[in-house]
Amino acid sequence: MEFAELIKTAKVENVQLSCPGLPPIKGTLCITSHHLLLSSQPGGNGEPGTVELWLLIRNVDAVEKSVQSLGWYQSSRTNSSHQDTRVASSLGTITLKCKDLKVLQLEIPGMEECLNIASSTEALSSVDSVMMMYPFFYRPQSMKLKDGWQLYPLQHYYQQIASETGAWRLSCVNGDFTICSSYPPAVIVPAAVDDNVLKKAARFRQGGRFPVLSYYHKKNGTVMLRSSQPLIGPNRKRCQEDELLLSAVLDGGERGFVIDTRSAQAAKQARMMGGGTEPKSSYPRWKRLHRPLERGRPLQESFIKLVEACNDTSLSVDRWLSKLESSKWLAHVKGALSTACLAAQCMEREEACVLVHGAEGTDTTLLVTALAQVILDPDCRTLAGFQGLLEREWIEAGHPFHFRYAHSAYSHARLKQEAPIFLLFLDCVWQLGRQFPFSLQFSERLLLMLFEHTYASCYGTFLCNSEKERCLCEVKEKTHSLWSWLNQPSEWKKHLNPLYTYNALVIWPSVEPQSLQLWQGLFLRWIRSSQYLDEAWAEVQRLVTSHEDAPEESAGHTRCHSQPDAAYPLTITGTANEG
Amino acid sequence: LIHSRTEQVKLIDRFSTSNKSLTGTLYLTATHLLFIDSSQKETWILHHHIAAVEKLALTTSGCPLVIQCKNFRIVHFIVPRERDCHDIYNSLLQLSKPASYDELYAFSYNPKQNESKRLQGWQLIDLAEEYKRMGVPNSNWQLSDANRDYEICESYPRELYVPRTASKPVIVGSSKFRSKGRFPVLSYYHRDKEAAICRCSQPLSGFSARCLEDENMLHAISIANPAHHYMYVMDTRPKLNAMANRAAGKGYENEDNYANIRFQFVGIENIHVMRSSLQKLLEVSGTKALSVNSFLSGLENSGWLRHIKAVLDAAIFLAKAIAVENATVLVHCSDGWDRTSQVCSLGSLLLDSYYRTIKGFMVLIEKDWISFGHKFSDRCGQLDGDSKEISPVFTQFLEGVWHLTEQFPQAFEYNEAFLLQIHEHIHSCQFGNFLGNCQKEREELKLKEKTYSLWPFLLDEQKKYLNPLYNQDFSQKLVLLEPNTVSFNFKFWRNMYHQFDRTMHPRQSVFNLIMTMSEQNKQLEKDFKELEAKMKQRNRQPEELLTKEPVQSVHPASPALKTSPCFKKEQPLLPMNDSIRTIEGSNTADNRYREYMEELSKAEPAVVSLECGVARMTC
Repeated sequence: MEFAELIKTAKVENVQLSCPGLPPIKGTLCITSHHLLLSSQPGGNGEPGTVELWLLIRNVDAVEKSVQSLGWYQSSRTNSSHQDTRVASSLGTITLKCKDLKVLQLEIPGMEECLNIASSTEALSSVDSVMMMYPFFYRPQSMKLKDGWQLYPLQHYYQQIASETGAWRLSCVNGDFTICSSYPPAVIVPAAVDDNVLKKAARFRQGGRFPVLSYYHKKNGTVMLRSSQPLIGPNRKRCQEDELLLSAVLDGGERGFVIDTRSAQAAKQARMMGGGTEPKSSYPRWKRLHRPLERGRPLQESFIKLVEACNDTSLSVDRWLSKLESSKWLAHVKGALSTACLAAQCMEREEACVLVHGAEGTDTTLLVTALAQVILDPDCRTLAGFQGLLEREWIEAGHPFHFRYAHSAYSHARLKQEAPIFLLFLDCVWQLGRQFPFSLQFSERLLLMLFEHTYASCYGTFLCNSEKERCLCEVKEKTHSLWSWLNQPSEWKKHLNPLYTYNALVIWPSVEPQSLQLWQGLFLRWIRSSQYLDEAWAEVQRLVTSHEDAPEESAGHTRCHSQPDAAYPLTITGTANEG
Repeated sequence: LIHSRTEQVKLIDRFSTSNKSLTGTLYLTATHLLFIDSSQKETWILHHHIAAVEKLALTTSGCPLVIQCKNFRIVHFIVPRERDCHDIYNSLLQLSKPASYDELYAFSYNPKQNESKRLQGWQLIDLAEEYKRMGVPNSNWQLSDANRDYEICESYPRELYVPRTASKPVIVGSSKFRSKGRFPVLSYYHRDKEAAICRCSQPLSGFSARCLEDENMLHAISIANPAHHYMYVMDTRPKLNAMANRAAGKGYENEDNYANIRFQFVGIENIHVMRSSLQKLLEVSGTKALSVNSFLSGLENSGWLRHIKAVLDAAIFLAKAIAVENATVLVHCSDGWDRTSQVCSLGSLLLDSYYRTIKGFMVLIEKDWISFGHKFSDRCGQLDGDSKEISPVFTQFLEGVWHLTEQFPQAFEYNEAFLLQIHEHIHSCQFGNFLGNCQKEREELKLKEKTYSLWPFLLDEQKKYLNPLYNQDFSQKLVLLEPNTVSFNFKFWRNMYHQFDRTMHPRQSVFNLIMTMSEQNKQLEKDFKELEAKMKQRNRQPEELLTKEPVQSVHPASPALKTSPCFKKEQPLLPMNDSIRTIEGSNTADNRYREYMEELSKAEPAVVSLECGVARMTC
């Protein structure tokens, strides 16, 4: 496929870009294979034109168009645009709704041009082939390929646990991805269990995701495991190897907890489809706890409803509260945080091992294991540690990023496997940051950046659904890693929380509804003006860093057209000064 | 002083689903209820703060006693013997509902201050000064002596500012045509725009009555603004309520009878609706094991945030009329002491940065609330009386201010703790300021002779109430604060309604950190200047001096700070000197809550018990 075939009109003059809260800008619009660009016409005082918009087309979630004939149009316009409408016979408006929730409007003279731009944008944004995506074409001069891909080697992390405890070993049983296509090549398992057992246990778990170690709690030596559901089925099948594997985790008389992220009812029903959950009779030392967490379609719908409510600024207070409630988003936040706290509590307070799984073990399971680690482990709360956690518990653990984040909240496309599980995770981390403002080394800015990059990115980090796919696509050879960009000193600094102090303790959040807040910085980012809040935050930074070097920028969420902001490669101007 | 003492009383955690409790001793004193638990932690509850006492059905462990306070604290005791519980219950019923003013705490409160200092305290806020600051009297406005002896309006202050062109007969005539005699007077004068905020009560217009003097009065107000020939009349009630009032011979201005007025309803509900709205809000927020959805739908059903928005929207309308249209506005509701006070004071706050300072806010409350006769005593239920008169009108005002501070974090000199402390004291009856319903009553009570004023006490500890982000330039640069009242900006005020439910709050406070830091910065600058001065004086080698000085430094943190550029990383988590939640016995000069603060600072290192909210193990 050639991109050129999809581009029907590459360039249109006199296009007006508008974006809520900013004055409209006029300029020349160009479409390239991966970007929409708008450069303003030279200013009246002889200034050269500047690039005002540099939008990754992958970021476009929905394209809505309307074409008006000139006569009607002119009469309904304010006099400011009269002179320009004279030249065109008709004028169309394209509304670009982006995956990062931003909404842009382009007013394009000429019906044909307008329709062409709309359909080209639509076609380019829905190219589904991973290897056609921008990360495979993005070659910034300041960065080397392969940098950053080895920053958080899983093996090291696991090797360390293995050598510290003696009870665990690194296994390469999945070295060629034949045992489990969504697991990485190396996993860590009880030392007492050999690879043959693993192979058989894998056959008893959905997708081959047999129980592996997710987190080792140094303080008391307990561990958290994760897996997919056991394939009990209607005939109540058993698997000796699976039982052996799980009992090898527990010492002598110890008991462990299985946290199933489905309701008892749903877990039972899953048996009809060949799945199920660990029965007491075959796993006598494991106590099962059910904590239903929503995922899949209901979660995506929750996201869509919330974004809808946030975008309707005309709502009365009552309607707003009612829509906020019916979106159920905050209930999902509470559910995720409480379940993660439960897992953390089992380990920290009950000193027991925990196995977490739902059905496939690639969504809510990872949400719970990753969140529990942020709560328990101060290392995961550093900027480097958090990257490592994401790499380990989301990317390498086989969260299907490609499926989940193909579309965001605006898309009209028929939804397939989209669900904002990772966004829910980021929201929960944000809540932790609100409740423990000194305990996370990174700032809200990092979370926003990660949200953007899961949906559309110039880096390869969130491409594909698993390590296996990433290997096939040669992602690590042919794209840059987000981490190597983030770990450049200038970027690193921008994503730090100036208030951070190392806190060795467990951070137990309050999950009362009164303590949870809507993440305004994300959901209302493009809707409310945050000027005064940004200024206040800059003042906080100034106070905190007044003994250090003068701060050079505020951590506000800029959304301006004209000032390139390298911190947000996907905001309007983003990559302009990077390539 | 102790009336009674009961051992082995249990204090149950309000939100714990497993009824976690502390055991201790309950003391009843003349002014407070005191609980000291086994770890010697003290919980003080002022009798005046008690809104309701309830004795629940006997349980196996004893007799439960639930006490709800006006500052939104709820305590749940279990008294082992029913007889004791009954005694405490009866005592509290009596003590929490004083029959007359002289039983109030303010008349016995003694902070051991000398008499001249006490008197000075009462002179701290001078409203004549304030009107002068605004620029009145001037060529259009003058001080009227019409109410010098409260002869035409008992609930107004003696000193009132009116248009120069309004003669005494006009004033008297107008006052007769206004409910409770509350005729239109000046509340705020905007010097630059020469426009005014005036306030009054509803006219006694019925269906058709007119009053020439009242029409003249409004005309006089209108022409006192040289720039404009129309004025707004804002009726802050819903139109339906105002129309219903006509049947009782009251009502609203007929635009046809008054020259050049623009009449506007703004639809703020009455005190009864507000009271029941708060009631509903507290019912929801007090529910154990509350789900997100029941919280949000409860919040919606209470209507509370809708009311707060209505009040703020009205204030914005008022402020814009003045700042944008240069128009004078006359505000009224029914009697002109509830909604009118809310709208006038919030409107002034949007227009004038002075009211966003600590001193200015005190002045604003003295002017629009205390002097103009907001019935604090009735609205706060200070005496045993008609419970239908109780209404959280002033609380709503504070919440409106809080919402503004959330949108403009740098515009206010004071912080949330200041608002909470003031709220504490409208109910505490510890200081004279908020006793009684109007100035006349306060004079009769001889409050300035017998009680203390709150303001000097707050000023003394103003460090606690300073907003470290306050930017004076920011506040003065803006002619008008223009808050965005889109619905999502209205949030549940957790720090007010759960101020005593510690487990619900962030465990680390950015605010306190910054406060400490900016204080340290100031101290460092001071130290530095001192050092410089000494260096000059002694003319010694600077190195020598620097190594010696830290040892003598008055500020314990300074030595570390001097050596480390990034001191913040080396400090332990800050002790939570969190005044937000340390307003125990509401005794500001009292060291009682020191205990409480220490307890908090111990709890500060992040780990907090899980009882509150986090899912419990079911095994």
